[in-house]
Amino acid sequence: MTGISIFFTVLFYLASIVFIVGMARKIYQYWVTPAPLKIPTAPTPLTKTGVYMRMAREVTLFESLFKSNKWTWLFGWMFHIGLFLVLIRHIRYFWPGEIPEIFLLTQPFKYAAFAMVIGLVGLIGRRIFVERVRYISAPSDYLMLLMLLIIGVSGVVMTFTTNHTDVVMVKDFASGLITFNWADMPTEIQWVIHLLMVIVLIAIFPISKLLHVPGIFFSPTRNQVDDARRRRHISPWALEQEANNDEKLGQTLGKDNN
Amino acid sequence: MADEYEVPELPTYIEIPDINEGIMDGEGPFKSSEEFQAPLGFPGEKVENWKEKAIDKMADLKSKYRSVQVFLDMCVKCGACTDKCHYFLGTSDPKNMPVARQDLFRSVYRRYFTFSGKYFPKLVGAKELDDEMLDDWYNYYHQCSQCRRCSVFCPYGIDTAEISMAAREVLDVVGVGQKYCNQILGKAVTVGNNLGLPEPALRDTLVDLEEEVEEDTGVPIKYPLDQKGSEILLVTPSADFFAEPHIDGLIGYGKVFHQDGVTWTLSSYASEAANFGMFIGSYDVMRKAALRIRKAALDLEVSRIIVGECGHAWRVAYSFWNTLSGVGSGASDEFALKLQNQLDSRYPQPQHIIEYTYNLIQEGKIEFDKSENDHRTVTFHDSCNVARATNMGGIPNGQFILPREVIKSVCNNYVDMERGTIMESTFCCGGGGGLLTDDLMEIRIKGAMPRMQALKEVEKSDGVDTLAAICAICKSQFTKVLPKFDFDPYMIVSVHQLVSDAIVLEKPEGSDSEVEESTEVTEE
Repeated sequence: MTGISIFFTVLFYLASIVFIVGMARKIYQYWVTPAPLKIPTAPTPLTKTGVYMRMAREVTLFESLFKSNKWTWLFGWMFHIGLFLVLIRHIRYFWPGEIPEIFLLTQPFKYAAFAMVIGLVGLIGRRIFVERVRYISAPSDYLMLLMLLIIGVSGVVMTFTTNHTDVVMVKDFASGLITFNWADMPTEIQWVIHLLMVIVLIAIFPISKLLHVPGIFFSPTRNQVDDARRRRHISPWALEQEANNDEKLGQTLGKDNN
Repeated sequence: MADEYEVPELPTYIEIPDINEGIMDGEGPFKSSEEFQAPLGFPGEKVENWKEKAIDKMADLKSKYRSVQVFLDMCVKCGACTDKCHYFLGTSDPKNMPVARQDLFRSVYRRYFTFSGKYFPKLVGAKELDDEMLDDWYNYYHQCSQCRRCSVFCPYGIDTAEISMAAREVLDVVGVGQKYCNQILGKAVTVGNNLGLPEPALRDTLVDLEEEVEEDTGVPIKYPLDQKGSEILLVTPSADFFAEPHIDGLIGYGKVFHQDGVTWTLSSYASEAANFGMFIGSYDVMRKAALRIRKAALDLEVSRIIVGECGHAWRVAYSFWNTLSGVGSGASDEFALKLQNQLDSRYPQPQHIIEYTYNLIQEGKIEFDKSENDHRTVTFHDSCNVARATNMGGIPNGQFILPREVIKSVCNNYVDMERGTIMESTFCCGGGGGLLTDDLMEIRIKGAMPRMQALKEVEKSDGVDTLAAICAICKSQFTKVLPKFDFDPYMIVSVHQLVSDAIVLEKPEGSDSEVEESTEVTEE
């Protein structure tokens, strides 16, 4: 194997470990941190089914964002749906050997890359030109978008221009990462940049705002059933406090507890 | 003092202002002192090792509240919330944009609790917690009414109220509390209400009220206090006991109870529905206040608990009481069951007075002479915490439907304000969340602008002259700010004042057959 292939292979595994360990820790943290009070935001679902529907609309259609700002919604949704479709199409590279025929249907998904890139350009534009958004942006907010844009554009360059890379080699390299059957990768600059940015993105996932991906599922204002009167909702620490605190509260207030 | 502030012009539609950095910089509201801090268990002044204590408290809060932890992590700074806060729209101070307000807290979280913030603070906008930052916290977290409008529009539901509550709790713990809230809380958890009205004063007030109402209507309507064995315990904001326009709402509740023929009572021990414990973010203090109501219900052996017109109170009652004190149903633990076994499970517990009146209307148990309200054209202000954090009637969006149905049952002329300013998108009155104090008059006036703008439009288009609300804070705030925007300060009424004016009361036998006009205390 070439030096660069070894380097990126190692880098990929390192990033993956950071991703898996980091995400597991964050998700565990969200999981075990209780939501002590019922705080769903209107319009609230009164049933569990309602919550599933609400969450589904949020993550597929970005319902709240649509209510909020049509431009941000348009660019944000284009980017996310574009990225999602492109990712599905990428399965073919990681799949060892012949891909199942069903994946041939994902061939047109390559055009979703344009939606992704247009969306990203729109989002960057907003961040730069809308004063309010510029005010709240840190350097990392721009860099994140820039990184995704580089990933998108380098992908588009390899797919739609004459600057192709050796797809067979890419497939051997990518599927080799999955099957621990390591292979050399191409060395065209557009490919190297594409891969490097993806690896960085994977690595920073658990330590950045990309945590919105698991986070939304834990958001109490969106995932709670509005049934506070019908069911007693109480967190473990509050229950404990209930037992321990009653005495203390009684002392403070004199006649509060009997 | 209030008159010195520049009152925003009311445009025909709300434009998103250009940002003006630092325009609302300042000292914030009056600070609390030992006298008001101590009863709540907070230090009386800024403690020596405040920074350390603050960071510890942040760690504590984020381990206890999933909302805090998740909201701090997942904001992507998309900007969707930036034009949603009434305080931003009214002041143009960028730190009043919800995300920027959160970032005061988030930047510190990043600096002390995240990898990127510890090692690359500049890159991710992480900041030290220093005196300046703490001052900013104090100032700008007291320019948030915790109305949750931003949360409706956030793609992840991030709720600035949760962050502002957390920040205020950290501030209290290091000894930098707000006088207004903490002074009131002291009264609420010792005397039983926010006004510090003791039992004898309350009793006198209610006796006077009974006389007044009987004089006006010829009907002996009772406003009972501490009547053990009553069916209903009414818990209402203490403002209802003494001030216009609140008291006209209380008169209305009494009339409705009277017509239904139920026994009901107020409690002198728990004579306050509002729970400022929520404003300061303290679970313990909030619970302390809520436990008084539990005790009153147990002592008075009531089978139903009904809450009067109060916005944040209804949030605490509807969403939190079951958790805090077991007022509700569906419990399996001893603590909550003790109360829940006593309460009548045929009714939702607690119930809002609007739900109660609405049900009576549906059942045809009360009648109205709608023409009594014909001189009015009414619009309804959805109080933020009722609208975005509660429900009524157990039907989807019931909290929007029921009050409107009640109003439409008692008056002929009803108009809604623009859709984007009502229901779940309602604009806060500008005085909620512990801001209803004279030392915050500037932000109160400026923050009222978006609501006033929508009101002005229906005044122009439909001749709206009455603004109905179901929140003590809204009513007090509007009384103060309406005249600043060239409205009649008396146009704000309780929904139950409208009910009160139109309800047809059964006269006791032998009473004067001549129907007396029910008084219009607020008119002229």
